[in-house]
Amino acid sequence: MMSTKKKIEKKYKRGKLMGLLSQERLLAEVKQAKEMVQTCIQCGTCTASCPNLDFMDITPRHMWRLLLTDHVQALFSSKSFTMCSSCYFCTLRCPRGLELTHTMGLLKQAASRLKLKQFQRSSLFYKAFLDSVEKHGRVKEMEFMTHYFVSMKNPVIPFGYASLGLKLLAKGKIRPEFSSLGKGNFGGKGKLEAIFKKVAELEE
Amino acid sequence: MNYLYYPGCSLEGTAAEYDISTRLLLETLDVHIQEIEDWNCCGASAAEAYSDLLSHVLCARTLALAEKMKGPGQILVPCSACYLNLKKTEEAVKKDKPLLVKINKALAEENLVFRGDVSVRHLLDILSTEVDIWKIKEVSQNKMARFTVAPYYGCQCLRPFAVFDDPEEPHSMDALIQATGARVFNWEAGGQCCGASNTTTKPAVGMALVGRILNAARGADAIVTVCPMCQMNLESNQKKISHEQGVDLEIPVLYLPQFLGLAMGKAPTDVGLDKNLSNTREITAKAI
Repeated sequence: MMSTKKKIEKKYKRGKLMGLLSQERLLAEVKQAKEMVQTCIQCGTCTASCPNLDFMDITPRHMWRLLLTDHVQALFSSKSFTMCSSCYFCTLRCPRGLELTHTMGLLKQAASRLKLKQFQRSSLFYKAFLDSVEKHGRVKEMEFMTHYFVSMKNPVIPFGYASLGLKLLAKGKIRPEFSSLGKGNFGGKGKLEAIFKKVAELEE
Repeated sequence: MNYLYYPGCSLEGTAAEYDISTRLLLETLDVHIQEIEDWNCCGASAAEAYSDLLSHVLCARTLALAEKMKGPGQILVPCSACYLNLKKTEEAVKKDKPLLVKINKALAEENLVFRGDVSVRHLLDILSTEVDIWKIKEVSQNKMARFTVAPYYGCQCLRPFAVFDDPEEPHSMDALIQATGARVFNWEAGGQCCGASNTTTKPAVGMALVGRILNAARGADAIVTVCPMCQMNLESNQKKISHEQGVDLEIPVLYLPQFLGLAMGKAPTDVGLDKNLSNTREITAKAI
């Protein structure tokens, strides 16, 4: 007799979006997130509290259900979890006391590690930000936004931010820094490099 | 009153006026602050979407540096995002000792040790529960009586940790605003979300939330905020959203310490009002 695990595997191997990722890999990546919502009673308070619901194709409650039933393909075929703006209303109101905003964060982390396409833009944004932190210890806003634009490899996107950028420049709130342009990972030894390296090591 | 001070990256850049006005206000109110030496970024919303451990280690480095400094064991943080990140680490290690061990393994790279005995407090917490509000009242002499002000709290100083205010219906700014003679605008958007970094990574999603708040604020003379991200989102998108919706949603947005500073007779440039992105001319003209 085929085990439940095998059945799920077989079912989702046919999935188009993440065809290259095995069900085991997906399940391993969301293991912690699944544990976080183990006692969910599907009441939907999270859904009713979410300010970004209009932009979600599946509701937060539905997401937890998919997570608990190992429908990871379906979960990651949706963009819902990327819409979370960390307002913490769901966490505050959850009658089971579940840390749902944190769970959303864990899904974002998994999507980033899995290099999922619908999360790419956010992922690049966070990466550029953290690169700046690793290098300077603090964020240099102009430098990190420049890096973000370069990493998106889309010449049109930066224009959407140009008018705000110019306003901030005029107010002396950001300073142009071109030194890092073109270098893959900023180059040089970063201020927090040792700590970042150690964290990566501890996480293995 | 003495506190350690964590400005955070925004207050060194896009929120310079929050730093300027906070320092000036605290000085006026006899609150002494000492900046944490060599502090680093709290990770903002990036670290939590990347790695839990990295997020905690970044905060713990700053908290460890704070513990090393002699004096007050409380850290005053004006930025809500920084506040919540630091607070999360403060709370997490209380419950999770193995996490503390792991964090210290990483911090050992810089010979730092985090013990977990500092406490992180938001600027609004200290303004609304510690300072003498009568002093604001005495000095400002109802100077702001012509204004109706909408207090905007955002999310992260209220939730998930309900420390100094009601996380659903916040009111901690009311008494501070009233102490200047101004009226508090009656609205329900004070604790709603501004969209956070969605305005950058998914503009349509972020703008919808900013639009809701700006619409709710119609009728008020100004919005006051206590968070650089909220301030940026509410200020920098007014023209665009007004144009899209065909309604004039432009409104001055000030940081709370800028507003209180003005009320207490400080010059607009002293509270950094020249750096705001929204139009503050009217409020400046009326307040002088």
